Amino acid sequence: MSEFLQQLINGLSLGAIYALIALGYTMVYGVLRFINFAHSDVFMVGAFIGYYVGRALPLGTVWGGLVSMAAAMAGCAVLGIVIERLVYRPLRGGPTLNVLITAIGMSLFLEYSGQLVFGATPRAFPQIFPSKVMEFHGLIISMNQVIVIVVASVLLLGLEFTVFRTKIGTAMRAVALNPGAAQLVGINIDVVISFTFGLGSALAGAGGVLYALNYPSIDPLMGVVPGLKAFVAAVLGGVGNIPGAALGAMILGMVETFVDGSRWSTYKDAIAFTILIGILLFRPAGLLGRMTSEKV
Amino acid sequence: MLEISDLFVSYGAITALGGISLKVPKGSIVTLIGGNGAGKTTTLRTVSGLLRPKSGKVTFMGEDITRLPAHAVVARGLGHVPEGRMIFSNLTVDENLAMGAYLKTSKAAVAASRDYVFGIFPRLKERLHQTAGTLSGGEQQMLAISRALMGEPRFIMLDEPSLGIAPRLISTIFERIIEINRDRGIAILLVEQNAHLALEVSNYAYVLETGHITMQGPSESLMNDPQLKAAYLGG
Ligand SMILES: Nc1ncnc2c1ncn2[C@@H]1O[C@H](COP(=O)(O)OP(=O)(O)OP(=O)(O)O)[C@@H](O)[C@H]1O
Ligand SMILES: [Mg+2]
Repeated sequence: MSEFLQQLINGLSLGAIYALIALGYTMVYGVLRFINFAHSDVFMVGAFIGYYVGRALPLGTVWGGLVSMAAAMAGCAVLGIVIERLVYRPLRGGPTLNVLITAIGMSLFLEYSGQLVFGATPRAFPQIFPSKVMEFHGLIISMNQVIVIVVASVLLLGLEFTVFRTKIGTAMRAVALNPGAAQLVGINIDVVISFTFGLGSALAGAGGVLYALNYPSIDPLMGVVPGLKAFVAAVLGGVGNIPGAALGAMILGMVETFVDGSRWSTYKDAIAFTILIGILLFRPAGLLGRMTSEKV
Repeated sequence: MLEISDLFVSYGAITALGGISLKVPKGSIVTLIGGNGAGKTTTLRTVSGLLRPKSGKVTFMGEDITRLPAHAVVARGLGHVPEGRMIFSNLTVDENLAMGAYLKTSKAAVAASRDYVFGIFPRLKERLHQTAGTLSGGEQQMLAISRALMGEPRFIMLDEPSLGIAPRLISTIFERIIEINRDRGIAILLVEQNAHLALEVSNYAYVLETGHITMQGPSESLMNDPQLKAAYLGG
């Protein structure tokens, strides 16, 4: 029983991190209908910002940890907005394939720039938050896990509020539904798209720091695998669907954790892709996505 | 109020508008009638900035708005109720109305606009928290018109408001259109395939055929025009 609970907590924190990344994929897809493959590398940059800022501040303090996290979020938001403005916007209105290929190019650019700037050797991530391991009834919970779950929950609720309860969030949903009609009510879609990139990238930045806390070594290619899994989570939930991305991420985090703890643990990483192929075959619109055929 | 001069618009190699000119005077209802593919929707989308013309000019209240992005055109007081209604189907009626007032900062003014649209379309008030996609066609049209009204426009373009709507609701909607024009002094450019209806409610009419204005005049006189009768009014 406690074994099960333990895995549940592990799965929950992994799923929460996937959710933070998956939301960026799904929100950008919602407004622009393309997969921003560079998103996983923004996540990596977030971890590095957390690394540098964290080391400049007193380690092992709550405020130091939170400030590092805020810096990573702000830095990534700016990075995401700049990428969209300089790279994706000039291609808007053109064939989607061009943007997709450019996104892959952007991803490689960030990865190799990262190797140039940060070096390719993995680095140990500093303990920016207080470290403590709590134990009750045989259940071992690290402070880092608590932080992941608390911070991710706060951010997910904040996102939910922004998207469903604020004017700019409603505008985001309006643009996702019908960009032409959105312009006809006076929405500047450039502003909404920048906002969407900023928001998604900030979440990825927070995800990068939280991930680094629990898997404490970082390198410029660290975004690739979690990024792919978050992408699968977004597809699982129904890409473009915000609650779907969070649900997909939780499912994936749980499944992966439980497989890891079983005798099939070698296949842990294959699970995500098996799930991806399964959805594409049987429910291409995802769990919460609506089955609609692409309109031409 | 609105003046279009010598407007050329094409989609790649296809010319949709071959140089059209028209005017909508202050406070009037002008209609643009024409068959399928005549270029009516293209005209409206170009005026509101969703399409860029090859050449020609669009002037709104004395200002050249030809190259302005759509959101900036809307900000100048132009409302556009697009073909097919294009309401935000996953949003509630309430949220659709809020989006209509996207550029409005005065809460009192937004509340007054809401009261006004509930006054003309009481049904929307009953359906306030319903997802807009679940409304009937006629109700969706009411919502689309109301959404445009929430922006407090001085001029509204309506693209085939009678399309796909139960006949019973069509007359209601047209009565409301006249009311909006009369009570608020909002000028209207009405695009219709239903020429009968359009001529009945308008002051002046233009006939568009494959990208060219082929006929124009006061609506009353066009109603009795033998040529127009033969082509659009079923003899
Ligand atoms: N996106 C587009 N790409 C290419 N051609 C288009 C496009 N939209 C319209 N056209 C063409 O431009 C011409 C005018 O179309 P438009 O939609 O303006 O006509 P309309 O008068 O509104 O017709 P309807 O009454 O059927 O709505 C038509 O020949 C149409 O096929
Ligand atoms: Mg049309």
